[in-house]
Amino acid sequence: MDITIVGAGLSGLTLALALAKAGLPSLLVDKINPYEALASKNDIRTTAISLSSRRLFTVLDVWQKIADSAYPIYDILVSEAGSSSTLHYDYRTIGSEPMGHIVNNSTLKESLLTQLENHSSFVSFVDNRSVIALEIKKEQVLLTLEGGKVIASKLVIAADGRNSRVRTLAEIRYTTLDYHQSAIVDTIQHSKRHHNVAYERFLPGGPLALLPLQENHSAMVWSERNAVAEKIANLDDEFFSLALKERLGDSRGILKSIGPRAVYPLAITIAQSGISKRLALIGDSFHCLHPIAGQGFNISVRDIAVIAEVIVDAARLGLDIGSIPVLEKYQRNRRIDIMSMGAATDLLTRLFSNDFIPLKRIRCFGLSAMNHIKPLKNITMLHAMGIISTLPRLLNGKEL
Amino acid sequence: MLRSLFRLITKAQSNQASLNTTVHNTSDIDVINNFAKIAEQWWNPEKEHWLLHCLVPVRMQLIRDCLAPVGKNTSKIQALAGLKVLDVGCGGGLLSEPMARLGAKVTGIDPDSAGISVAIDHALNMGLNIDYQIAAPENLVEKDQYFDAVIASEVIEHVSAKSLFLNALASLLKPGGIIIITTINRTFRSYIQAIVGAEYILRWIPPGTHRWNNFLTPSELTAMLKTISFDVNPALGFIFKPIEKTFTISTNLQMNYALIARKKINHELKEPKINSRERFFLTT
Repeated sequence: MDITIVGAGLSGLTLALALAKAGLPSLLVDKINPYEALASKNDIRTTAISLSSRRLFTVLDVWQKIADSAYPIYDILVSEAGSSSTLHYDYRTIGSEPMGHIVNNSTLKESLLTQLENHSSFVSFVDNRSVIALEIKKEQVLLTLEGGKVIASKLVIAADGRNSRVRTLAEIRYTTLDYHQSAIVDTIQHSKRHHNVAYERFLPGGPLALLPLQENHSAMVWSERNAVAEKIANLDDEFFSLALKERLGDSRGILKSIGPRAVYPLAITIAQSGISKRLALIGDSFHCLHPIAGQGFNISVRDIAVIAEVIVDAARLGLDIGSIPVLEKYQRNRRIDIMSMGAATDLLTRLFSNDFIPLKRIRCFGLSAMNHIKPLKNITMLHAMGIISTLPRLLNGKEL
Repeated sequence: MLRSLFRLITKAQSNQASLNTTVHNTSDIDVINNFAKIAEQWWNPEKEHWLLHCLVPVRMQLIRDCLAPVGKNTSKIQALAGLKVLDVGCGGGLLSEPMARLGAKVTGIDPDSAGISVAIDHALNMGLNIDYQIAAPENLVEKDQYFDAVIASEVIEHVSAKSLFLNALASLLKPGGIIIITTINRTFRSYIQAIVGAEYILRWIPPGTHRWNNFLTPSELTAMLKTISFDVNPALGFIFKPIEKTFTISTNLQMNYALIARKKINHELKEPKINSRERFFLTT
C-alpha cells in the first residue's frame, strides 16, 4: 500500500475521499469501525464549515447530500460584557454567500462514508486495530497493529486526533498551552428567532458563542475557568438557563437547555513539525486549537486540501510521495497558517479572558475600530471564511 | 548554492567522463572512482545531489507533458503507460524511477557500475521494475533495441564526441520517436559559476579539463539535431527558485535548458556538420 491513513474520523475520511477521487488508493486504519461509530448516534457535536471548506466538500460531492440539513450563518455579531461596542460582520459586504454553515458531525460523516462507498476500489479499511509500533525505513514505513499485523507503506498520514499515537511513536514533540478553561457544549432552544446570526460574546471567564441551527435552536459553546465550568455544567436545566440568560441578556428571549450537555478542556496543542520521514500529521494531531475563533475543523480541512494536492501532484509526476522534498511542500504551505491561527487564538484568549481595565479599553477601542475600518474588517472576515492567500485547488472549488 | 550547482555539474561530468571511456576507450579510472565514492549518496536529497533532486519535478513535468499524448495512458497517474523509454546516463535512477511509476517501460544505462548497482537496489526496495545496464548508447545500438523516447538529462555537456553520441541516440529511436535533452547553456553566467566552482572541482577531476567549453548553446544543439533529421522545438529554460528549492520552466535560457525533438519518419543517419566541431574534442 502506498498511503496509509491512521484515524478514520472526519479528517481521515475526507483525505481518503480526496485521494480516491484522484485515483490514488489508501488504507484507513482505526481502532473503531467508522460505521459502528456512526450507528451509535452518540456524537451530538456540530462543526462550523467555512466557505472554502464547503467548496472542498462540494468538489468531493459530499456537500450536495448535507446541504439541506446545514444551517447557514449570514452574519456574525461580536460583543463584550460591560461594553456597548459591538462588531457586526455582514456577509453582504464581501459577497453573496453565507459566512459559513453549521453541520452535524454525524451527518457529515455519513455523507463522507456514502461517497467513499462509491469509490470503494480506492479505499480499504482495517478497523478495531490500534497502532502499536512504527518503524521508519529509507524506502517505506512499517506500522505494527494490535494483533501483530504489519502494514508497509510509502507514506503514513496521522489523522488520529489530539492525543495522536502515531505522533508519539514518531517522536514528534508538541507544545501545549493550557488556559485552565473548559468549554461547555449544549443545544439551546430560544423563543426569539436567530435570523441565522452567529453570536459571540466575550465574558471575563471566556467567550460564549451561539451558532444558529434550525429556526429557534442554537449550538452553544461556553468557555469558563475549569472550576466554574464544572459547576455550571452540573446545574439543572432551569438554573442553567438562568445563568445563561444572565450572560446573554434578552437577545434570544426565553432560553431552554435541551442538551445533552458536555464539558471539554480547552488548550492549544501544536506539533513542532507537521512532517517526519515518510510521515505527515493532519488535523488535530498536527494542531488542536481552542474553539474561540470557531476555526478548528476548517484548519484541518486546509491541511487536507494542501496535502491531497501535494500528494496527487507528486504522484502525477511519478515522484516518491513519501520523500522529504514532497512532504516539505506541505510543511512550508501549512506552517504560517497554523502558527498565525495559533497565535491569534492565544491572543484572543488572553485579551478577552481578562478584567484588567486598560486591556478592556484596548478591546473596546479595537472592536469599534475594526467595525469602522472596512478593509481590516473584510480581511478578518475573509480569514474567518477561509478564503485568503493562495488557495489549494480544492478550497477554490476545483478538482485535483 | 554555487558550490552545489557545481557539484551537479561535477556529477554529470564524472558520469559522462566515464561514458567517454566506452565511447573512445580513453579510460579515466580516477573519475569513475571518484564518482563511485559518492554513489551511495544518489538518493539522499540533502547531500551531493540535492540540486539534481530539485531538478527532478520540473524534468518529469516536461517529460510527462511531452510524452503522455504519445502513449495510451489510462489515467493521470499512469501517464506514460506502455511507452518504451531509454534513460541515458541514468546514474542512481533519479529519473528512471518516476518514469517507471508513471507506467513507462524504462531502460536505464550508465557506464558507472557503482551508480547502476545503487539504482538496482533502490528500484528493488521501491518495488519498481526497471531494466538497468552498465552500458553506453552504442552498446544498445549493437543489440538492435528501439525506444519510443530517449532521455539524455544533464549528460551531453560532458560528452566530448557529441555528434557520435547524438547519432547513437537517434538510431535507438523508433521513427517519430522523441528525444528530450536537458543540459547547461554556455553563457557568461554559467562561465562565472564554472570559474567559482573550478577550485572545488580541481580537487575531484584531473586538471586541464575545461568543462565550460564543452557546454552547448541551444542553437548549436538545435542545429546538430536538425542535421541528423530531427524536428526540433524551441528550447525551454529552467529557472531555480532557492527559497522553494524548485525549478520552474521559463523562457530564460541562461543556465539550464531543455530541447525536445522528434525523429523524422524518413530518418537517415548523417554526420552532423558543425562549424566548431573541434570544440567537442577539447576535453579529451
